[in-house]
Amino acid sequence: MENYIEDIKLRFDVKDIVSRRDNLSFITCEKEKTIALITHMKNNLGFTHFVLLTAVDWIEDGLFQLTYILNNPNAKIDIAVRTMISRENSEMESAHKLWQQVATYQRELREMFGINFPDSPGVTDNFILEGWDDIPPYRRDFDTKKYAEETYFPRPGRETNDPAEYMKKKLS
Amino acid sequence: MINENNNSENLNKFLHKENEIRNVETPDGSIIQVDPLNDYFCTDRPEVKEPKNKVIEKFLNWARAESLWVLGFGTGCGSIEIPPLVTPRFDAYRFGVQMRPTPRQSNVFIISGYLAVKTLKRVIRTYEQMQGPKYVLALGSCTINGGMYWDSYNTINRLDHYIPVDVYVAGCMPRPEALLAGFNKLKERIKDGRAEGANEYAEKFDWYKSNQKKIVKDWNMPDYNW
Amino acid sequence: MDIVIRLLYVFLGLFIVLNWGLLMSAIMRKIGARVAGRYGIPYYQPWIDLIKLYSLRDSITHGVMFYLGPVFRVSGGVGIFLFMPLIFGSSYFSNFSFAGDLVLIMYFQFFGMLGMALGAGEGGHPYSAIGISRGLSQFTTIEVPMTLAVISIAVQYHTLSISEIVAAQQGGIMNWTLFTNPFATAAAMLSLLGAFGHSPFNLVKAPNEIPIGPPTEYHSAFLGVLRTNAAILHVIEAVLFMNLFFGGAGNWFELIIKSFFIYFWSVFVGVVFPRFRIEQSVQWFLKIPLLFGVIAIIIFM
Repeated sequence: MENYIEDIKLRFDVKDIVSRRDNLSFITCEKEKTIALITHMKNNLGFTHFVLLTAVDWIEDGLFQLTYILNNPNAKIDIAVRTMISRENSEMESAHKLWQQVATYQRELREMFGINFPDSPGVTDNFILEGWDDIPPYRRDFDTKKYAEETYFPRPGRETNDPAEYMKKKLS
Repeated sequence: MINENNNSENLNKFLHKENEIRNVETPDGSIIQVDPLNDYFCTDRPEVKEPKNKVIEKFLNWARAESLWVLGFGTGCGSIEIPPLVTPRFDAYRFGVQMRPTPRQSNVFIISGYLAVKTLKRVIRTYEQMQGPKYVLALGSCTINGGMYWDSYNTINRLDHYIPVDVYVAGCMPRPEALLAGFNKLKERIKDGRAEGANEYAEKFDWYKSNQKKIVKDWNMPDYNW
Repeated sequence: MDIVIRLLYVFLGLFIVLNWGLLMSAIMRKIGARVAGRYGIPYYQPWIDLIKLYSLRDSITHGVMFYLGPVFRVSGGVGIFLFMPLIFGSSYFSNFSFAGDLVLIMYFQFFGMLGMALGAGEGGHPYSAIGISRGLSQFTTIEVPMTLAVISIAVQYHTLSISEIVAAQQGGIMNWTLFTNPFATAAAMLSLLGAFGHSPFNLVKAPNEIPIGPPTEYHSAFLGVLRTNAAILHVIEAVLFMNLFFGGAGNWFELIIKSFFIYFWSVFVGVVFPRFRIEQSVQWFLKIPLLFGVIAIIIFM
């Protein structure tokens, strides 16, 4: 693990290196260098298996955080590469040339977060939501409860209880 | 047709390539124009088909109740309860419940759990292809009031706003025993002559269609799929 | 007057055969269920299914051939029935059998298949087309050993009349074709496995694979007609083999017992073996069954 991180540190300007387990580390890289970094990891460091690509919405900072998790099957370790991209006209370089299946993740992210990946094959196709015309539902400014109440005819009479309050009332 | 403008606009936007109006060369060399949505699909509205003779209908309803052909279409997590239902442990064949692979031949549609909007579109198409009298058995709290997905952006809350439901089986998920009890309840309903879901669908067709079109935004199929 | 009484007896025979066919299909499904460790359907389920199918309120159609498919199929089934002598020695239950009925029956077996192909083709479902192409190619290869066996019998008994073939087998179990011409019997009984369409040769309907093949688009009364025909056809095919190889039947009880065991033979094989692919099935029929058929021909040349 250590020598992989050292190798990456030598070549790339990475920060926030967090080691979660012996076999899992997170590193943060700037947006422009990220694809170069994972290309280097795939070609030279043996991280040949692509685990997943996901996003987090940091609405307060106006940022999306993309996480590419890569796996080295021989050394049995995972390294997750994080990168921050701006929330306004969010766009990221496509990584589908490294692994074909990344295109599907990018299609999902475009639909759910509105992050665009130019040149990714089929990125504008419907993934799960067919004909969605609201803001992307995984963005945190999308009020899913309000949307569901307006759209899906909620059945009246549903009650919700805070479990702690409810048990207090019940036991007293 | 309902929402004439909205419909045609949506049709253009979301139409699949195989459903576009196009020119086709016939075997004898002439060119004809084909509009798949009008030529290949039936555009008639469903009709109410009233039961005729009371005594005969009672006998036929008994036969319908004892021969429930279930469509093998799992729509949600509850479809995992159907394999144990037809295998030795619960063996629903004893009660005249049989699985059919095609919507044309089946009478009972089990909506097994949560319905995403994408699945609902397929459910509507499939339901309309079934031959009446047809029955809907809704499993799980998700079909009743949304269950644990009540505030989700992509799953419906109340199934009875989109297709008529005969029997709800509550639970999350109901076990196969509960499903068998649901089948018995459905049999009682059919024998009483109360399971007229297909006629209800035809009567309130406009209401059902407007509800369906409200959430199925890429409506790129005919209004009534047979 | 004579023809009226004859017709009445034909209808009586058809009625008995239909009900026996429905009961037999229920028994066979129960046997299959017991092998799987289930109780299976009740014995009266096929009748209820038929009533339900005929009493559905909707039935959409895809065009003229869609109507004619089941009609052709049922005329194929009833056609075989009309020319098949059921009970040996009974002038009434011999139906309309005549000197060359064996050739006619071999032809009628294909007739229903072709009609179904046209009708299901108009249904337009891709699985129907796959089922039809499989069914026709498989049935063509089934015909080869079966025809060889039939020719061998025709050479052996010097006749093409089923009644005379049955008559030649009377007088003890050792006179049956089963013992006088075992190779023809073997070839025919192996091709029967394919004709009944149970596993391993159930590629046409192929449940869970191309659900359920040609009748995918058929429903309500159309499917009711097809099921009625299937019940008749299963008994009649079994009766054909009974007449040709197992000494025919002197009364209804004998017919029921023998046709049950002939049908049971295909179910017995079916619950043991998994499904073939189409090219395996075609090759299988062109190996050992074909060899048996050729040997049967050579012996009686």
